[in-house]
Amino acid sequence: MVDAKGNKDERDQGTKTQDGSHETQAELVKSDAVELEIVEVREGAFGIHGTGDTSGFGGLTRPVMMPGASQRPYGGWFDEVADQIATIGELDQAIEKVIVDRGEITFFIRRHKLLETVTHLRNDPVLRFEFCSSVSGVHFPHETGRELHVAYHLLSMTHNRRIRLEVVAPDDDPHIPSVVSIYPTADWQERETWDMFGIIFDGHPALARILMPDDWPGHPQRKDYPLGGIPVEYKGGTIAPPDQRRSYS
Amino acid sequence: MTATTDPYASTTDSAEGPVFTVTGQDWDTIDASAVEGDHLVINMGPQHPSTHGVLRLILEIDGETVRDARAGVGYLHTGIEKNMEYRTWTQGVTFCTRMDYVAPFSNEAAYVMAVEKLLGIEAPEKAQVMRVLLLELNRVSSHLVALATGGMEIGALTVMTCGFRDRELILDLFEMITGLRMNHAFIRPGGVAQDMPAGGIEKLRSTVRLLKKRLPEYAALCNANPIFKGRLKGVGHLDLSGCLALGLTGPILRATGYDWDLRKKQPYWGYETYDFDVVTRDEPDAYGRFRVRLDEMWESIKIVEQATERLAAMEGQPVMVADKKIAWPSQLSVGSDGQGNSAEHIKHIMGESMEALIHHFKIVTEGFRVPAGQAYASVEAPRGEIGCHVVSDGGTRPYRAHFRDPSFVNLQGTSVMSEGGMLSDVIVAIASIDPVMGGVDR
Repeated sequence: MVDAKGNKDERDQGTKTQDGSHETQAELVKSDAVELEIVEVREGAFGIHGTGDTSGFGGLTRPVMMPGASQRPYGGWFDEVADQIATIGELDQAIEKVIVDRGEITFFIRRHKLLETVTHLRNDPVLRFEFCSSVSGVHFPHETGRELHVAYHLLSMTHNRRIRLEVVAPDDDPHIPSVVSIYPTADWQERETWDMFGIIFDGHPALARILMPDDWPGHPQRKDYPLGGIPVEYKGGTIAPPDQRRSYS
Repeated sequence: MTATTDPYASTTDSAEGPVFTVTGQDWDTIDASAVEGDHLVINMGPQHPSTHGVLRLILEIDGETVRDARAGVGYLHTGIEKNMEYRTWTQGVTFCTRMDYVAPFSNEAAYVMAVEKLLGIEAPEKAQVMRVLLLELNRVSSHLVALATGGMEIGALTVMTCGFRDRELILDLFEMITGLRMNHAFIRPGGVAQDMPAGGIEKLRSTVRLLKKRLPEYAALCNANPIFKGRLKGVGHLDLSGCLALGLTGPILRATGYDWDLRKKQPYWGYETYDFDVVTRDEPDAYGRFRVRLDEMWESIKIVEQATERLAAMEGQPVMVADKKIAWPSQLSVGSDGQGNSAEHIKHIMGESMEALIHHFKIVTEGFRVPAGQAYASVEAPRGEIGCHVVSDGGTRPYRAHFRDPSFVNLQGTSVMSEGGMLSDVIVAIASIDPVMGGVDR
């Protein structure tokens, strides 16, 4: 067993995934990332768990490994941007970690420093990320204490560069400062992220639902959002909700 | 005034004042003495012929002057992003192509580019040329719809009939190449679904010839037409800094004079090898955007012609990556009993190789795994930058797919473009943004 932090239980030291194609980490992730982080471990396939399993699929384990923090040098202009962010006093503490993967750089920003960081990213002539392309949320229910992620895709038209900022918040305190005062385009995108993930953007001028009806309960893009099954007219049978059907992961 | 809960009653009370229900041509039923001043809040849409789809506008008007304009969206939300989390990576294309249904190839392109980035693969050259060809044809057809619906909304019905007439020519090409007029799901991770059909090059050439004959009609109808110019010039003004702050891209941004076009600035799929110009104009209003779209169609036609010639010289080359762990296992063909998998493939999996059958079954039902991580890819859609942020957990399905749809972001310009103007100009301003609600609401 491997827990969410990647520590292995001594009972099965050295256990590898049983799926031959994923035996080594190198095969699993073809990326520049030197280190992988286990964020979750899945067991079984086709929804088979526990006793009574004669197929063997219930014994499958698959660690979910995301690219981990990168070390310097990041390569190309990535270092220049990282250096420039660090020149502003206290902002070096804003960066939790940096991930360089698939030619993209991701800065994990501590949420209480987000507003200062984006202000600096937009205004500094060396950085000049004047355009916020996209704001989107991702829900990782297994990352205890950092379940909710928000990814900001910033574009510098001046220097023709793109970076990603990622900010995390725990599920029981889903607050992230709003960047609308810096990037007015984030207005609707933050509303969508609130609507879909329940992340509260503090300081947003009017954080109302945007795609779902105003009185809708729940936040549909979250992984724990209950999905509907479909009743079938055959002896009370139902088609299970999509997240409870047989699956390969 | 009596309070009532009947929503169809002519008058109800609210905390903000009396609410009158009028649906058109019955304004004289309102007791004018009950209205204080000229200040009205009007709901327009979501079902309205001039709002470009199911867009709802909440307009605060003072006489005919718009004081406050807000857009209400979400009426076409179908949970496409959520649905994609429960389908394989290849099936995801089938969902996202339905977002911005006027420019389906751009949706597919953004998604496929992000998935290919995660996989670390590149499509074969011929597939890239076919993608560029389809994207540019799609730009023409999308701009034609923009002109057509924009013209219709201000009463220029000839522009509308001409626009849809010529768009149909391009949809015929799509049908010939992909099998469908819309919702193609043709650009797949690793390449495209099918090779060019027999006779395709000829049909492309003849259609382009016809389009080049017809495109000047729009310029002749509109460019110097005093009524058309009178309705569009100076309406929906938004300058460069406003565009950047609000995130507006595409023809709206280029009408401010800034030549930002991802095809030139961050080229993909060989765009840097085509000869074309980025159209800009120093008129950041509805008329400038109209002219940018008009001229962009000519540039796209230039690219289509170059791509056609390249395809003519590439007969027989692969349109899907050679890696059998990613490529779709079969090609469609038309047999005596209709369309299906090619006869050779069926013979191979049913009669010759058990392993081939297993492989076919596995890759069609299970799909392929994509190494964990995240990627953002963006392409220049007819309406601006469409971006796709995909997250993989190493499984056979996207863990999360998010689309930065240009219609959604651009529609935020509604307020700033229409406030302070006339009520009738709201329609022109929105038509110049050219939102497609399927993309806005996803």
